[in-house]
Amino acid sequence: MTRITIRVEQAPFDFGAECARFAEGGADTGAVVTFCGIVRDDTGTLESMEIEHYPGMTERALTKIAEEAARRWSLSEVLILHRYGPLRPGERIMMVATASAHRAEAFASADFLMDYLKSRAPFWKKETTRAGSDWVAAKASDEAALARW
Amino acid sequence: MKLDVLYFAWLRERIGCARETVETEAGTVMALVEELRAREERYALAFSDLSALRVAIDQDLRDFDAPLTDAREVAFFPPMTGG
Repeated sequence: MTRITIRVEQAPFDFGAECARFAEGGADTGAVVTFCGIVRDDTGTLESMEIEHYPGMTERALTKIAEEAARRWSLSEVLILHRYGPLRPGERIMMVATASAHRAEAFASADFLMDYLKSRAPFWKKETTRAGSDWVAAKASDEAALARW
Repeated sequence: MKLDVLYFAWLRERIGCARETVETEAGTVMALVEELRAREERYALAFSDLSALRVAIDQDLRDFDAPLTDAREVAFFPPMTGG
């Protein structure tokens, strides 16, 4: 049985503390993979990024994605943490962590979670630069990435 | 039937509201979209290109031809950009 934790919250999170706490004491865990997404500023003009989500559906969609990962790989634990609200460049947006007996399953499942989370969880990003605000468009490559699973 | 209709991201901004209750007899999402389009110009514009939109019925992603039988909440939004 995989222990699944889904957290959708506005407050910043302590990535180091979350990693240290994750899968601690699990005798069947031999490998932990973590990923953290950070607000990137490609042009040096980004002032903020606002993340909107669909309360209720977000938790439901993330749970389904985590459950699908648990069906495909032998995982002892899965964590998905995603923030919403206004964020600044360099701030952490989200993290996933997977725990398994061996590394291959932990890596593959973390990769799967990220691909699905990008285009199947109801989050939308709006970037504000000095020039104004605009919604981030979904990339065709994100949708195409799902085909490999 | 009464439906809660929700809009997110640029769709919410273009329509100018996040949630409204709609009295409708639409049998499918597409029929509901046609009713909304016929309401006002801002709806017609917002729903002009359905390939740029996604729909969820009771918080599950569905297609535009999905039936609305027993639906309570229908949400429209652009393709998602999480992560």
